[in-house]
Amino acid sequence: MNEPLLHIDKLNVAFSTSRGQVHPVRDVSMSVYPGQTLAVVGESGCGKSVTAMSVLRLIPQPPGKYLSGRIYFQGRDLLKLPEADMRKVRGKEIAMIFQEPMTSLNPVYTIGDQIAEAVILHQNLRGKAAYDVAEEALREVGIADPGRRLREYPHQLSGGMRQRVMIAMALSCKPKLLIADEPTTALDVTIQAQILELLRKLQRETGMAIMLITHDLGVVAENADTVAVMYAGRVVEHSTVHDLFDKPQHPYTEGLFRSVPKLGANVTRLETIAGTVPNPKNFPKGCKFHPRCPRMAGDPLCVDDDPALREVQLRYWAACHHIEGFAQAPITEPQLAYKRPETISEIPAEVLQ
Amino acid sequence: MSVVAPPAVIVPPSSPAAQQPVVEVRDLRTYFPIRKGLLSTTVGYVKAVDGVSFSVAEGKTLGLVGESGCGKTTVGRSLLRLIPLTSGEVRYRGTDFLSPRGDDLRRLRRKMQIIFQDPVSSLNPRMTVGNIIGEPLEVHGIARGRDKEDMVASLLERVGLDPSYSGRYPHEFSGGQRQRIGIARAISLSPDFIVCDEPVSALDVSIQSQILNLLNDLQEELKIAYLFIAHNLAVVEHFSDEVAVMYLGRIVEKAASHELYRNPKHPYTVALLSAVPEPNPRPKKTRIVLRGEVPSPANPPTGCPFHPRCPLTRQIASQSNASETVEITSAGEHFRVLSKCAHEVPALEQKTGEPDHVAACWVTT
Repeated sequence: MNEPLLHIDKLNVAFSTSRGQVHPVRDVSMSVYPGQTLAVVGESGCGKSVTAMSVLRLIPQPPGKYLSGRIYFQGRDLLKLPEADMRKVRGKEIAMIFQEPMTSLNPVYTIGDQIAEAVILHQNLRGKAAYDVAEEALREVGIADPGRRLREYPHQLSGGMRQRVMIAMALSCKPKLLIADEPTTALDVTIQAQILELLRKLQRETGMAIMLITHDLGVVAENADTVAVMYAGRVVEHSTVHDLFDKPQHPYTEGLFRSVPKLGANVTRLETIAGTVPNPKNFPKGCKFHPRCPRMAGDPLCVDDDPALREVQLRYWAACHHIEGFAQAPITEPQLAYKRPETISEIPAEVLQ
Repeated sequence: MSVVAPPAVIVPPSSPAAQQPVVEVRDLRTYFPIRKGLLSTTVGYVKAVDGVSFSVAEGKTLGLVGESGCGKTTVGRSLLRLIPLTSGEVRYRGTDFLSPRGDDLRRLRRKMQIIFQDPVSSLNPRMTVGNIIGEPLEVHGIARGRDKEDMVASLLERVGLDPSYSGRYPHEFSGGQRQRIGIARAISLSPDFIVCDEPVSALDVSIQSQILNLLNDLQEELKIAYLFIAHNLAVVEHFSDEVAVMYLGRIVEKAASHELYRNPKHPYTVALLSAVPEPNPRPKKTRIVLRGEVPSPANPPTGCPFHPRCPLTRQIASQSNASETVEITSAGEHFRVLSKCAHEVPALEQKTGEPDHVAACWVTT
């Protein structure tokens, strides 16, 4: 794990609107290594989905515009790739699954047609051979009776099953990177557990990297190796999942951890982060978090200067003027090759009790 | 229509009689007809709610959890008569809530309100915030004109919004602020019971705790009882005094909040709790991943509705006499379960543990 598979370097994305330009992704840097899961965490409007879509160059231009920055995938800058080459990357090298599987599947084609399409395009297979690959992909994601499901339409499947189909489709061409944008947000907890377990199993088997976009800290804690926390278009914190959950450095992450109710925690009152999540149309000046920050205490530096992401400790990048020794910390590329030890024990259901 | 008699619900002897519940629901059933063909003949029923009983005491919160399609939202709406119910009994402070009509009904409705999940679609985009909150005051003849405006201003202030916002429209607010508007509307008639239907699920994480704290403050101050419907178990634990777990239209377990989370009895509750991802990268718990999915309420399994997914009956059946078990097929697998679980519906009955801890399971004690 010496070379990152994907390295986003100071990406800036803007959209032009009738009321001027908005700039929802600002100097975003992060990296993913083979076999690793990077979780990108943040609330609505923080830029996490725009960042993910940029990797596949799915932002429509106009109104979108890649202002600056680079997205290196296996050493090549995806933003400079001709469209024809980019099409070979999409679906083949990098696949993506979305939050709402119903809107991402075409309602008038069968499941089989949709999976086979990717196989036909990228693997040079035709007819029955392509459908055999599709059937195998469905079996791998744990769908019972895949031969019959191939001939069914999306509306005949449940939400969890549709998400399995999306995963089957994404993995049918054995991508090196899977971008999963809130893959379980629309699902029930018991189905969420099934899908996340499936993703972990497939990752173990294929060694693919996963960029997992989510707002659920529980999902992050149990699935990620490294984490990038985004707020108002910026990465405010980037570290290993263990370091981040042990002691978050940024006041936003700290506040987020405290405000989430935890199972078994006996608290009468939740701590809160004051104020509201800023809208990309009018991000605050200076540090984007300063209007809600409990640490800043009227510090003019926070109001005027947006802190850069600095390496405040070994393997730990954060952006806050009020971290000890922040001004002296070096500004370095956030690159973090880290794989967590297997900690979650999954037992098959029948050995319960 | 013919309704198969449900198993008797064993209600434990109620605690101090002096504490009359604000809302009492008995054997609530809401069935939706399935129509087919040219003449839309009814060919069956979706038993969305199939015999649910509970009560909520003054100033207390009953949490109602379950996965999508389990009927929790239908319970909340049927008991407020927003959806016609099929049978059952709903009492507000001892008086029947189901038969009143006209003015009598309107008077009772003041006392029972609802907060919806989606703060976008539950506020009329063409009305100003002042009108949204003020309309109930006018309809119920509580205040009009200047009085009304003053009351709206104080309500806005109470939920943490600037009173000068009353002339603005819903789209000018963020999700969390819109939910505050919905809350202001719900408390405008000083109700003493509010159905909170997933009030924070649509909100950003950092905003959820603000809304939960606000609901908590209002409860303490105004002694409002809540039926708190949610799928997030951690939120429900934090917020509720008592929790009921629903599966396929029935309550399968109910207990005081701390008791239910510490000592779950029903295998479904156990699995549900174990499925919640913990915000801790070094978790201690082992995970039970349930096989299969929630069956359709139009065609529920016989016997215990959970038996096709139940890890417990499967485990016990594997060690039992073949005569006591049956083979079933679920999620593409064949395995044996206890015949009792497959054929007879378990009643909600007292289990070991704290008093009033009830669960519907043949296997656990």
